[in-house]
Parts: sequence; structure tokens; C-alpha cells
Amino acid sequence: MKTSTIGPEIERLIQLLARLPGLGPRSARRAALHLMKRRESLLEPLARATAEAAAAVKVCSVCGNVDTRDPCSVCTDPRRDPATLVVVEDVGDLWALERAGATRGRYHVLGGTLSPLDGIGPDDLSIAPLVARVAAGGIDEVILAVNATVEGQTTAHYITDQLAGTAARVTRLAHGVPVGGELDYLDDGTLAAAMRSRTPF
Amino acid sequence: MSDRGQAGHSGPEPVAVRVLKLSDFRSYPSLSLRLDAPLVAFVGPNGAGKTNLLEAVSLLTPGRGLRRAAYGEILRLGGAERWAVSAVLEHGAAETRLGTGWERPAPGGSDQGRIVRVDGADVPSAEALLDHLRILWITPAMDGLFTGPAGDRRRFLDRLVLAVDPEHGRRSREFERLLTSRNRLLEEGAASSWCDAVEAELAGRGVAIALARAETVALLSARIAERSAGSAFPAAGLSLTGEFEPLLAGRSAAEVELAYRRALRDGRERDRAARRTLLGPHRSDLDVVFAEKAVPAALSSTGEQKALLIGLVLAQADLVAATSGMTPILLLDEIAAHLDPNRRAALFARLSALGVQALMTGTDPLLFEHLPEPGLRFRVEDGGAAPIRGA
Ligand SMILES: Nc1ncnc2c1ncn2[C@@H]1O[C@H](COP(=O)(O)OP(=O)(O)OP(=O)(O)O)[C@@H](O)[C@H]1O
Ligand SMILES: [Mg+2]
Ligand SMILES: [Zn+2]
Repeated sequence: MKTSTIGPEIERLIQLLARLPGLGPRSARRAALHLMKRRESLLEPLARATAEAAAAVKVCSVCGNVDTRDPCSVCTDPRRDPATLVVVEDVGDLWALERAGATRGRYHVLGGTLSPLDGIGPDDLSIAPLVARVAAGGIDEVILAVNATVEGQTTAHYITDQLAGTAARVTRLAHGVPVGGELDYLDDGTLAAAMRSRTPF
Repeated sequence: MSDRGQAGHSGPEPVAVRVLKLSDFRSYPSLSLRLDAPLVAFVGPNGAGKTNLLEAVSLLTPGRGLRRAAYGEILRLGGAERWAVSAVLEHGAAETRLGTGWERPAPGGSDQGRIVRVDGADVPSAEALLDHLRILWITPAMDGLFTGPAGDRRRFLDRLVLAVDPEHGRRSREFERLLTSRNRLLEEGAASSWCDAVEAELAGRGVAIALARAETVALLSARIAERSAGSAFPAAGLSLTGEFEPLLAGRSAAEVELAYRRALRDGRERDRAARRTLLGPHRSDLDVVFAEKAVPAALSSTGEQKALLIGLVLAQADLVAATSGMTPILLLDEIAAHLDPNRRAALFARLSALGVQALMTGTDPLLFEHLPEPGLRFRVEDGGAAPIRGA
């Protein structure tokens, strides 16, 4: 590869773009070129938006959502049902459920799934804070909206065991979530239907 | 279950590959064949590329094909970057285009696995192919099946199960993954509660695997009992053996699952020391006997073993047609050479009666001289295949 013919600033941009999900080295080059050709209409606004987001972004200390305030706008919304807690793997899943308007409950973001093969254990996820949240009371139902993957299901099992001593009822999404499916990729109708047809774990 | 072909009343729907196209696939830069017959023979000298053709077709089903080759190995030597196999499949009056291919990853890029397309659209998993066809094969590499390691028989059995129950592939992959996870957790001395969760999921899949295998073996045994009287291919007596199998007897699936979970929990220390999980369907074996003589297949003669294997796969073809509602496609590599003329004729007759499409290979055109009509013979050479005219 003749990388030396490109200035280091541009090379750095390409390398960073290549780290975005779904972009390989080839498409990162194409994206960088696209941005640089549209300096005023795209590159500079993007640089400003990125800087502003970097300054403002906060992780919600209650649920783990990403927002510009802490607690986040879902946690502070008085119209949400505090007795229902929806557990998701990551923020992308939370946003997918919000887009679909699938629940009036509040959320808890785990930050991933248990995966011995990737060295991710219970302490690497937000499971202890979840148990503490539920043990504090006021939550009637915990809905495990994890993905239908082996790791997702194992995590659901683990959390169900951990919550066994609490008063909350634990349910999970039932039909409509395809096997191996990831919530983020489901259409809104399927998500809403899955949320309605949840079953006791 | 498939969404087409109502098994039962009208019999299975005949499924056949009508057009086969290859590009940069092993010895073939590019090839297009019309296969307008149920029985097709590919003849040519050693190294002509006959098995390569069957391998190409075998990639139209989940898995790594009949050679279990790495995808990079299939790439035609001499600079090709991607290989592809595509087929026009005929089922009843309808046609479906199936395609699969693999591309060498760019330097620094990652292997994207093989791509599978149905009617021009990418599908997320090769399992989608099972909605359209079933493929069974016999290759010379399977000659040692009955005498070789249990793992080979298990893999053979699991392929049989997959043809009856398409869910079996996913189930098996998940089981393997959970097994590796459990072994890792034991090795690292992870918290007991974490092991519990993994073992619970593991037990669910493990029991489902064992039950699916038991079901296929039972169905297959029933077919064999029905059809093999007076056949040129002897009946095989099948049974599943292993430490795990007795756990299944006389219990409901839920009870077995619980028993397996308990056994896993109790066996943690032992498994930690052994550095693997000692109890489970991953250690089962398929036991085969030459039924008529009550002699284990492993002790039978070479010819008897081959005949047993053929009988087994023919029974499986029959079963798959009944359960999936589609006739399977059979890939029979170098099969005719091992059979005396009577058995060869019996094989052709049986294939015709089953109504399956069978793709066969051999070095000698005379082996296929008496291929029943409408049969098709190709001479394979120099990266091509041309029909042999006349009888
Ligand atoms: N990746 C590859 N690129 C190019 N050629 C290949 C590749 N892999 C295998 N071959 C060639 O394909 C040929 C083998 O083809 P194949 O196994 O289909 O032969 P065959 O006709 O079945 O022979 P036999 O009668 O001995 O079984 C060999 O000559 C081998 O060199
Ligand atoms: Mg060969
Ligand atoms: Zn929040």
C-alpha cells in the first residue's frame, strides 16, 4: 500500500474511520475522500458536531444510557413506568426499543453479554448495579430484552438466578425475535410484538 | 420443516440441479453444465476434476462440503481472488437460483466467510439452503467410516440428522460454543453461578441434540427394516452408544435436561482435572452392525462395509424425501467401481425408483454403460465436461 503519498493528517482520519463498525480500510478511504471533497458542507460541520458531542456526552449513572445529561432523559421522564425495568445488552438496543415505542418502562444497559471466550464475566457487565436497583424495591417486572444468541440467553439465565431472591417478576421477550437475531436489526413492528408477547423466564 | 412440498399424498417433489456453473473453483476457471437427467455420470482419468464437480454441488448445503476443505484451498491456483458456485434448481415446475462463493480477504482484512445467495439475494446463513434442497453423499474417504474414530461417525450421523431436521446445525454449533465456554470457565475457576448459567444452556442444547439423533436413528431403522428384504444392499442395525445415552431412557426431555445439569455440576472437579467435559452427546457414537449376520460393521469385509454404507445412505434418501417433501440430491463419488455388475445395476434401479437426482463419478465409461434412461454421461477433461453421445 502506498500510504506514504498521503499526508499524516489524512492518514490519521482514514485510520480512525476504519475503526467504525461496518467500515473496513477500503470503505474508510472512500468515506475520507467523500468528506474532504465536501469540506464546507460536510467535513467542517462533522468536525464541529463531533467536538460538541465529545464535550457534552454523558453516560447515565442510573441506567447506562448515553445522553447529554445524567440522569438521562428516559430516567428523568415522569411519564415512564418506574415499576417496569427493561434490561438490554447495549445502548443500541435501548435506542431500537425507543424508536419502536415498544415500552413505557425504564431501562438498564448491561454493556454486553457474558462471554467466557471473549473474557467477559459478570464483573465486566452492569449486573451488580442491576441487582442493587431491583433489590431497592419498587420494581414489579424485569424484562430481559437480550438478543436471541447463545451469549444473550446465557446472560439472561445468569441474571434470572441473581434476581431469584427479589420480589420482581422476571420475563423475557418471546416470539418474533429470530434465533441469533439482534434487536438492533429488527423492524419496529417485530420489536413491539416481541415486547407484548414476553413470557415468564 | 420446509415450506414447500406437501409430503404424503402426492409423494415428495422431485428436486434437481439443472444448471451448474463454476468460476475459479479448483481446477475450473469457468464452467457451465446443463444436467438434464436424474442420473448423471462424470467419467475421466485420475485428476480430471470429477470429484471437484461433486464438491462444488456439496457446497450448496450448509457446512464445508464433501472434502471439508478450507475455503482458501478451493480457490483456483494461479491468482484467482474469489470462487463461486451457482446452480439453477428445479423443483416441480418452479426454479430457484442458488449461489455460494468466497473471497480471499484483503491484506489486513478479515475472512467474511462464504456468501450464500438465494434468487440473487444474500441470505444471512447457509442454513437457508435447506429450504430448497437436501444433499447426501458417499465418498471414498468414508470407506473407513465403521472402523475409524467415533468422531467421524458422529459427524456422519449429524449430517443425516441435519437432512431430517434443519435446526440441528445451529443447535450443534451453539452446543460446541457452550462446551468450549464451560471448559474455559472451569479452567479459570470462575464463579459457580456463572458455570450454572452456562451449564443450563448447555444442557438444553445437549438434550435436544441427543433426542434429534435418537429420532433420526429410529426413523432410519424403520425405513431399513421396511425396504431391505431381498435388497442388494444389506440392512444395517443402528444404535446410539455412549455414557450419555442411558440418561435418556424412560424420561421426559425436561427430566433429562435436569439430570444432565446435575451431572455437569457434580462433575466439575473431574472435568476441570481432565480439561474437558467428559459427559455429553459430543462423546456418543453410532454403532452399526451387519444386521443379517449380527456382526459389527467394523468386522465386516471391505465390500460388505461399502454395501452397508450405500444401503444406509439409500435408506436415508428415502427418509429425507418423506420428511422434507423433497427428493434429495445424491453425490456418489467413485461408487460404481466398487460394485460388481449385479450390485451396480441394483444401485441404478434403486436410484431410479427413489426418483432422486444422483451425480456419480468413475474413471471408466463402461461402468455407466447400462445407466437407465434418461441418463446422461459426461467426459471430464481439461477444465471442462462434454456430454458423451450415443449409448
Ligand atoms: N485449488 C486448486 N486449483 C487448481 N487446481 C486444483 C485445485 N485443487 C485441486 N486441483 C486439481 O484438481 C485435480 C483433482 O481433481 P479431482 O479430485 O476432481 O480429480 P478426479 O477426476 O476426481 O480424479 P480421481 O479419479 O483421481 O479421483 C488435481 O489435478 C488437482 O491438481
Ligand atoms: Mg475423484
Ligand atoms: Zn438513564
